[in-house]
Amino acid sequence: MASDATSRRPPGDHTIEVRDLRMRYGRTDVLTGVTFSARPGEVVALLGPNGAGKTSTIEILEGFRMRSSGQVKVLGADPARAGEQWRARVGVVLQSWRDHSRWRVRELLDHLALYYRAHLTGPRRPWDVNELITSVGLTDRADERVARLSGGQRRRLDVAIGIVGRPELLFLDEPTVRFDPEARHEFHDLVHELAGDDTTILLTTHDLDEAEKLADRILILAGGTIIADGTADELSRRISTRAEVRWTVGGTRHVHSPADATTFVRDLFRRHDDAVTDLEVRRVSLEDTYMSMVRKFEGGRRDAAVREFEGGAR
Amino acid sequence: MSTTINAIRAGLLRGRIEFRQMVTTPQDLWNNVFPSLIYLVVMFFTRGTTVPGTDFSLGARTLPSLLGMVVVFSGVTTMMMALSVEREDGTLLRAKAVPGGMVGYLVGKMVLVATMTLANVAIILLPSLLFLDGLSVGSLTAWATLLGILVLGMIATLPAGALLGAMLNNPRNSGVVMLPLLGLVAISGIFYPATGFPDWLQTVAYAFPIYWLGLGMRSALLPHEMAAVESAGSWQHLETVGVLGAWAVTGLIVAPIVLRRMARRESGSTVTARRERALRHPA
Repeated sequence: MASDATSRRPPGDHTIEVRDLRMRYGRTDVLTGVTFSARPGEVVALLGPNGAGKTSTIEILEGFRMRSSGQVKVLGADPARAGEQWRARVGVVLQSWRDHSRWRVRELLDHLALYYRAHLTGPRRPWDVNELITSVGLTDRADERVARLSGGQRRRLDVAIGIVGRPELLFLDEPTVRFDPEARHEFHDLVHELAGDDTTILLTTHDLDEAEKLADRILILAGGTIIADGTADELSRRISTRAEVRWTVGGTRHVHSPADATTFVRDLFRRHDDAVTDLEVRRVSLEDTYMSMVRKFEGGRRDAAVREFEGGAR
Repeated sequence: MSTTINAIRAGLLRGRIEFRQMVTTPQDLWNNVFPSLIYLVVMFFTRGTTVPGTDFSLGARTLPSLLGMVVVFSGVTTMMMALSVEREDGTLLRAKAVPGGMVGYLVGKMVLVATMTLANVAIILLPSLLFLDGLSVGSLTAWATLLGILVLGMIATLPAGALLGAMLNNPRNSGVVMLPLLGLVAISGIFYPATGFPDWLQTVAYAFPIYWLGLGMRSALLPHEMAAVESAGSWQHLETVGVLGAWAVTGLIVAPIVLRRMARRESGSTVTARRERALRHPA
């Protein structure tokens, strides 16, 4: 096995470092220069509309896909060349479908834990499988065949498989797609527990609400690059500077987003006086801005969507 | 503990678990045992017919030939289908996400296929000994030759199966491989001596392992006089080892390269794409 055994990095060093990452499929540029980093223990969400390149990015970091160009360092090594020792420090939560359908839950986890035995030395030990099964809430299904699990139970098994080797870094690609609200809620709790465990987590999602709930930091990926990077609060403050004014005059409804809402409203009354009814002034939320960007992006107006979003974020 | 040895040990265990799962899943068990039962029936009803030009039982001649064919079928088709199906359903990607997982996966498959081959050989061989006459199974040489051909045959065919599995992107297209394979069986003298076929057709058969596995097995279990009925009039041990050995060496060189390339291309999105294709066009 290739020896890429990097000793534990000094604190403050980055778990993930990506610089000018580019990916091109045929003649289509999916990533046109992605740059970001993640610190140890951080939970980072890569948020973006469908087709923005989230999956390409995460698969390059997982070492499952070759990049076109750019620098990528994950746990101190280039994922494209890293060996099995590196692999042992990385967890990937995959979406199961019907693989290992004949295996029983405990049998499969026991088996997969074996592979980490030769790699984990020192304080890091693979999970005790029974403990792991309890912590993902599958205790009463431990001896069931995987094929007989419900969708939600299966996803919990996927997480258990991803973390059985006690990874320092965990990748989750669209972890709650097709989840019902309850399964989603349970899943979020599970991620919170993991995050408390010092595991660095990178997840992708197209759902702002999920990113806000789970992540310490949100990276918005669109148009092939990261167009916003910060905590949910930071992003809200940056993007919600504009307000939206709605009012009715003579039976006609108007909407406007002025630079200065106070002056605008004062003006409005000066001109129309009592004729102004149904007045509403509200801040444009991060969600509104994001959703309108996504709608435009997925409607094919990609450049316009990104420009407008960045304009709002100024 | 060396990490590679750890992965191989995990693979050996994996093979054992998968074999146990196979024999405890009625559908799988039936799929694997059913052909062997048919072969038994064929041999039972041809036990009284004689090989042309001799007074030797055709059923008894078919037995060793069939054993050779079973080795090829297990090695090539089981391995091919496993790789193709398990690439589609994401089993391989899971193996890739675990340290040493690919080594463990492949070792596990080899253990599974080898065990299945042995089991099927036993299912065919043991009952036939009860109703077939004329087999020379009394000597140690016979059993040693049988075992040698069995092992060499598996080493010659497993890599070929893995290669085909790596190239077969859609398990529902397995007919592309199965039909030519059945054609090879037809011209390789398994159920009936191939000496009646045109020369060029026989030459084609000589290039593939089926013919030689059948011949090798016949040399192990049939009396020496029966060699006279073979195309060359002898058991051609040297040629048998030569052709099977060439397949084994080529396979062992090429298969790891192709398998590595196949594994490198696996990712969550390739599995998702295959899943969506499979759900759109169910078998």
